[in-house]
Amino acid sequence: MVAVAAPRQLPRKPLILAGIVLAWLVLWLVFRNVGTLPLDASALTPLHRMINELNDAVGASRNSNPLFLYFFNEIRLVIDEFVTFVQALIAQPSFGRPVPVIGWLGVVAIAGFVSLVVAGWRVALLAVAGFVFLGLQGLWQESMDTLSLTLAAVVISLLFGIPLGIWAGLSDRANRVMQPVLDFMQTMPTFVYLAPLTLFFLIGPASATIATLIYAAPPAIRITAHAIRSVPHNTVEASESLGATRKQTLLKVLLPSARKTIVLGVNQTIMAALSMVTIAALIDAPGLGKTVVKALQTLDVGTAFNAGLAIVVLAIVLDRVTTAATERRKLPRWALFGGLGVTGVCVYLSYTYLWAAEFQSDVEIGSSIRQGATAVTEWAQDTLPFITGGFKDFVTFALINPLQALLAESPWFLVALVIVAVSFLIGGVRSAIVSAVCLGLLVATGLWQDSMITLASTLVATIMVMILGIVVGVWMGRSRRADRFIRPILDAGQVMPAFVYLVPFLALFAASRFTAIIAAVVFAAPVAIKIIADGIRAVSPTTVEASTALGSSSWQTIVKVQLPMARGALTLAANQGLIYVLSMVVVGGLVGAGALGYDVVAGFSQGQLYGKGLAAGVAIVVLGVMLDRLTQAAAKRWTN
Amino acid sequence: MARHNVLGAVLVGALALAGCSGAKVGDSSSGATGDCGTFNLAINPWVGYEANAAVLAYVAEKELKCKVTKKELKEEVAWQGFGTGEVDAVVENWGHDDLRKKYIDEQKTAVSAGSTGVKGQIGWYVPPWLAKEHPDILDWNNLNKYADKFKTSESGDKGQLLDGDPSFVTNDEALVKNLNLNYKVVYGGSETALIQAFRQAEKDKKWVIGYFYSPQWLLNEIKLEKVKLPEYKAGCDADTEKVACDYPDYDLDKIVSKKFADGNGPAFQLVKNFKWTNEDQNTVAKYIAEDKMKPEDAAKKWVEANADKVKAWTAKA
Repeated sequence: MVAVAAPRQLPRKPLILAGIVLAWLVLWLVFRNVGTLPLDASALTPLHRMINELNDAVGASRNSNPLFLYFFNEIRLVIDEFVTFVQALIAQPSFGRPVPVIGWLGVVAIAGFVSLVVAGWRVALLAVAGFVFLGLQGLWQESMDTLSLTLAAVVISLLFGIPLGIWAGLSDRANRVMQPVLDFMQTMPTFVYLAPLTLFFLIGPASATIATLIYAAPPAIRITAHAIRSVPHNTVEASESLGATRKQTLLKVLLPSARKTIVLGVNQTIMAALSMVTIAALIDAPGLGKTVVKALQTLDVGTAFNAGLAIVVLAIVLDRVTTAATERRKLPRWALFGGLGVTGVCVYLSYTYLWAAEFQSDVEIGSSIRQGATAVTEWAQDTLPFITGGFKDFVTFALINPLQALLAESPWFLVALVIVAVSFLIGGVRSAIVSAVCLGLLVATGLWQDSMITLASTLVATIMVMILGIVVGVWMGRSRRADRFIRPILDAGQVMPAFVYLVPFLALFAASRFTAIIAAVVFAAPVAIKIIADGIRAVSPTTVEASTALGSSSWQTIVKVQLPMARGALTLAANQGLIYVLSMVVVGGLVGAGALGYDVVAGFSQGQLYGKGLAAGVAIVVLGVMLDRLTQAAAKRWTN
Repeated sequence: MARHNVLGAVLVGALALAGCSGAKVGDSSSGATGDCGTFNLAINPWVGYEANAAVLAYVAEKELKCKVTKKELKEEVAWQGFGTGEVDAVVENWGHDDLRKKYIDEQKTAVSAGSTGVKGQIGWYVPPWLAKEHPDILDWNNLNKYADKFKTSESGDKGQLLDGDPSFVTNDEALVKNLNLNYKVVYGGSETALIQAFRQAEKDKKWVIGYFYSPQWLLNEIKLEKVKLPEYKAGCDADTEKVACDYPDYDLDKIVSKKFADGNGPAFQLVKNFKWTNEDQNTVAKYIAEDKMKPEDAAKKWVEANADKVKAWTAKA
């Protein structure tokens, strides 16, 4: 069967949509700059002041409040102990020794052995090479600090995340309650809760770990729930009709069939944890993040890149190991015991001898990487701004400015009306209500105009993400070789700390909204590309062959067969692209995007702006929820 | 077959064990700490601060035998640390009246430990080439004349005034309004954005005017020129909405936790007596930022060349 989807006839809705937009444009001309609810950068609303006072009150009562004394302190103690213990094992001088318990040789051997057992020879080699590379970069201890913190955060995330995910997978009610909480955890900018965290959990590993796991746990919960839910119904029914108890069904049927997907959740959690390394460094989290932050104080791109590269290497190793772990494999006994023996010896050596404990290498490559990165950056900064500046101006005047003018210079009730009407068209009454509530909340934050400016940039960034996603995703989906070559670059885009590439971007595009958009695209496009590539590959090969046999050109096959059949992936990519773009709003605030991103950054830096920063964080979350629900509704309509 | 391989692996391991020699862990003992105890020093994220902290940490470690724990924190978080007992000292504070009020006056967890001797300035700066070609730009009265030149994609039909680091107080929006300047404040959002803008402006002779401050390591590299705003008079910035005068000069000072001050140990004495000049700080900042020296090495170099100054800080301790 050749499943070329015939476009369904939707004659009325697009017309109505066009009508709405037209009416908007006309009314915009009439009402321009009326009722836009602006707020100066240093101005506050009563709500913002109230949050400030609340924050101060919490801080002042810290030493007398029983909640602090008996609850937060206990949590902090447990987590601190745990992280410090992992650090003592592999990263920090400990137990009265000048070096950690296990030196570099031992860690490399353990990494290799674990990878061998769960992921096979090739990945084991990659792991060993990757870890040695960290040492050669001259960043062994920093990398191990980062690894300790990441592992601790991931372990705690999974400890809570997987059971919660199973619960959400089994119970609709639990799922409904958890969704908004997870949305909140993933889109609330870290800057907003970073300072309060140190108030609750003090400065140190505990706060850094908790900051990381707030962001990293949601993927584990979501994906586990999704995995449990996608186990086919008849499998579960069959098990139940055979008289299995609920517990048996869960342990013997649901979890084994969901295993592969759950491991994917673990993988996403690790990635998310690693993407927090630099931000956590702002509250004294040890490791590579500190190196990046410090280097950037003097705009030392080379050093920052070197450390960023170490994060990427860690990410790629951990990603490949967990991905390969989804397939069951059995190791021959001799390899298992042999590997165990060698690992034991290496660990012993690294415990005893200095050469195996501290990474001291004559073939140091860190300085070459630093110099190389600096040279490339300088070249780009010297030669490209002429072209890139023009490109920036073009996109700004052709796309960003008009969209922003429409959104931010219309009266707020007009924009709200348009969005509610569009929501109704897309998803019916329910969507319209959700959007209306979200818009009401935006007005309540007192940051309506800033929200609209941020929304305009977000939409432009998402469009760019989707264009890149479709072009590169189709290419990767159709060519294995392209996939193998591009995928590591995508991984790098996802975990390389944004600030490393922001410095050259600032030179190329100056401090502007466009720079912020480009930064968001670098971070969000990889996700969209990966999802679309997987979607394209999932289109059954026989369909594609049939289309080719019927004489379609490659172009026709892509446009008429592969893309329409992968539309589930396309909508998912758009949805995730949007969410990822929104999570970069704050980074955008650091390079000239202004609006909500800047409000959050300023709130983190200045006490009297704290309340406003929090409100801006809430506004970002609300925007995220609204756009997420809208795209999901659109997706449902389109894919059914 | 299987057993042979296992044996082989163990043998190889044993051989490796026997064959290797080398220094064993714990052969050499590390230095002991003196009676000074632990000194928790906040490191705020800019180079000038780092210079102060590096020199203080070096002296505390080498001369007073303290165990110095450096904690890298943003200002707000560092001040919070006074109350939780995790931070003993902040050694370059830029005004921050809001934090003073909250932690010194209200919560009483922090106290001032006097001036660092460094004078801080905030204001509007232009790149040197611009100041040279159009010297009259250094007076705010002439700014409107050049507003067109400062237009960017972000500022619409007005000139762009690039603001930056949200850590510092800015009155720029009010200033622009109250001085009737045809400019729009564009929030770069970070020091990085400002530095890149000024660097490029000087290199490519571009028109940039923006918020900046001294001492700052970039000024060693590019001598930015400060634009003269209406003179600061005490109280002229009282109402933030109506500000129409320049920023005050800041006497950068040191803030310590109440507990640390009451303990009155050698580390506190050192912090209290620590005082140097903009020039001193610039020297150390240059070592760190431009010569890419580690803060410890930069401090060592300066301390060795300025033994007399250091002696003055420790003599009374």
